[in-house]
Amino acid sequence: MDVLALSRLQFAVTTMFHFIFVPLTLGLSVLTAWFETRYVKTGDETYLRMTKFWGKLFLINFALGVVTGITQEFQFGMNWAEYSRYVGDIFGAPLAIEATAAFFLESVFIGVWIFGWDKLSKKAHATTMCLAAFGTNLSALLILLANAWMQKPVGFVLRNNRAELNDFLAVATNPYGLIKFAHTLTSGYMVAGYFVMGIAAWHLIKKNEIDFFTRSFKTAAMFSLLAGIAVAATGDFHAVEIAKSQPTKFAAMESVWETQKGAPMHLLLWPDEANERNAVAGASVPGALSFLAFHDTNAEVKGLKSFPKEERPPVLPVYLSFRLMAILGGLMLGLSLLAVIMPRWKSFVDFKIFLYIMLAALPLPYITVQLGWLVAELGRQPWIVYGVLKTAGSTSSAVSAAQVAFSLAGFTVLYGVLGVIDIYLLIKYAKIGPEKAVPGMIPAKEVA
Amino acid sequence: MEILQITWFVLWAVLWSVYFMLDGFVFGVGFLSGFIAKNDTEKRILINSIGPVWDGNEVWLLTAGGATFAAFPTTYALMFSYLYTALLLLLFSLIVRGVSFEFRGKIDSAAWKSGWDAAIIISSFLPALLFGVAFGNIFKGLPMDAAGYHGGLISLLNPYGIVTGLLFVLLFAVHGALYATVKTVGDLSSRAFNLAKLLWIPLLLIAVVFLGYTTYATKLYDNYLKVPVLFIAPAVAVLAMVATYFFMIKNAALKAFTASCITIVFVCVTGVAGLFPNLIPSNLDPAFSLTIFNSSSSQYTLAIMTVVAGIFVPTVILYKIWAYRIFRAPLTEKDVLENKEAY
Repeated sequence: MDVLALSRLQFAVTTMFHFIFVPLTLGLSVLTAWFETRYVKTGDETYLRMTKFWGKLFLINFALGVVTGITQEFQFGMNWAEYSRYVGDIFGAPLAIEATAAFFLESVFIGVWIFGWDKLSKKAHATTMCLAAFGTNLSALLILLANAWMQKPVGFVLRNNRAELNDFLAVATNPYGLIKFAHTLTSGYMVAGYFVMGIAAWHLIKKNEIDFFTRSFKTAAMFSLLAGIAVAATGDFHAVEIAKSQPTKFAAMESVWETQKGAPMHLLLWPDEANERNAVAGASVPGALSFLAFHDTNAEVKGLKSFPKEERPPVLPVYLSFRLMAILGGLMLGLSLLAVIMPRWKSFVDFKIFLYIMLAALPLPYITVQLGWLVAELGRQPWIVYGVLKTAGSTSSAVSAAQVAFSLAGFTVLYGVLGVIDIYLLIKYAKIGPEKAVPGMIPAKEVA
Repeated sequence: MEILQITWFVLWAVLWSVYFMLDGFVFGVGFLSGFIAKNDTEKRILINSIGPVWDGNEVWLLTAGGATFAAFPTTYALMFSYLYTALLLLLFSLIVRGVSFEFRGKIDSAAWKSGWDAAIIISSFLPALLFGVAFGNIFKGLPMDAAGYHGGLISLLNPYGIVTGLLFVLLFAVHGALYATVKTVGDLSSRAFNLAKLLWIPLLLIAVVFLGYTTYATKLYDNYLKVPVLFIAPAVAVLAMVATYFFMIKNAALKAFTASCITIVFVCVTGVAGLFPNLIPSNLDPAFSLTIFNSSSSQYTLAIMTVVAGIFVPTVILYKIWAYRIFRAPLTEKDVLENKEAY
């Protein structure tokens, strides 16, 4: 493989690995902050135990998210020097703002949160978690605005042999970025909701701490349902935004070859890329695709044949990722609704099949968010910045294929080992369960 | 208008100096932990002394990197790709260091813990050395011309690079030992203090070698001869280094640690002031040096980033001071053994 292929593979490996830990961080920081806020408001000790138990799992997960994040900032320069030089005037700003505005907030207040239990008042302590959660969510906004600029470049001009920023506000309010932020954030909340429900279900099957885990389950179920509705709604608007600003990505998502008005959606579909057509296209809903794209059943949808071959993304992986993401998303939305309703039924903890389903569903949102990123990033190809700069011309000229092969092997081994350890520790501490409720478990200062 | 480039050059220097001042003691405590601590509890005390702050300190590196990207994208692109393998080793070290703090105490097994103890020592020592080697080579200039970069990992390990690497290692060693002295009590604290005193002698030697070698290996002093007032920077660095020892003899560990902070900041300032207006000089042909003028972002981006930095950097400093004040008390055995949230 050449430098380009290796660099792309390395970016995919390191970024997708990083994104195993990020979505849970986004959602579980909010849930932990919620539990602790409830504890401060009500004084109910179960909320304190929930804060500590879910907070501990949050931290084990957070550790790997943080350290793999450093790679993200370094590798733009290391592997994508030409890209960094060409667009750094625009792309560097959100990254620098992310570090100064969000990472400091997150890291400093999580440090205070972990070690500050007996040094702060209850209220101040809960506030540190709220600030940390705000920091993680803010960092998502900034990095997604940066990514959105690669999808839909705005507020720039080509001059001095590079892209230069000329409208910061346009980049900061890029509609593509805002909708992507809402979609990504709420899907991260679903990951956290399913994480909590899955672990709670496991303990409920074992009849451990029934009150503690029923309450955790209920909160997570409501959180997942609300997030799921938001994921679906923002997903719909996201699709419209893509149809408008990235027609080749949209065409690949639904494997559309011919440009047509009133385009149908095919429930059964298999692309035949070599012959620029679909091998299978059945169970069609007339006008549905036009509606998905422009909220108008008569609108014209651009087909891939309207674009030169060298400007089309790989169709099959984009199509499959999108379709599978949408199916899993719909499935989880239904399951979230069920999860909200079920606990109202008294003997729900005896309904083991349901609990096993919720346990088995824990990995689903993880898979779904990865598929979403595959659609986003593969669908943008062959562009690194849509319509402006191609991926092929963006690597580092000073770096050899051997160097990237070496670093890719290093990342794979290191991340593999750390990933196994982290998941092992998450399972270990999830199984141990919360500390037993004993009178006087709260440090003296907190009572006073 | 060159004022924005100069502003960002100063800010660039500040970010790196603060980063080394803060993460420097975390590195020092990390790679000296095996020599200062005698048992598991003492190791835990050391790790917990940096526990609340290490992550926040590391973010200064991300900020320095992000600032380089936003303000000097060409330098960011070339510096990071030219130093590829060195940065890769740095990344691996920082990744391992971060997780070792979190993972070490999570399984109660002697083999598990001693494995992570070794990981902490190596992953704290390597970045200290690598940062020094990298900055030594930046001071010296990289072999770059119209055809690009003509170096590699091995060529970075030249004598001047190694001297700067050792300077960083010893600076951070004394710094970390003093931090451990201030943040612990009893035997552990005195052991750390004695180690700081012991390490100060080789630090002084390597600092003298570095200052002398710099005249010969780099062009840093050209700026000093042009603007003699700049000599204040190395003078402060040397005075602060001597003051560190003076306070150690007086048994004033906190004052010695403060002097050590000043030393690190002014060692960085000394180097960076000599670089101006270069960020990375070329040692083949000055026409290919990366300067703050030929590698910077547009005036518009620099102006926006100046506003951003003007708002957030002071805010960050304020709440970081607040956080440090919360954890200002030294750690005792009791703190670590009785706190279930401790590392």
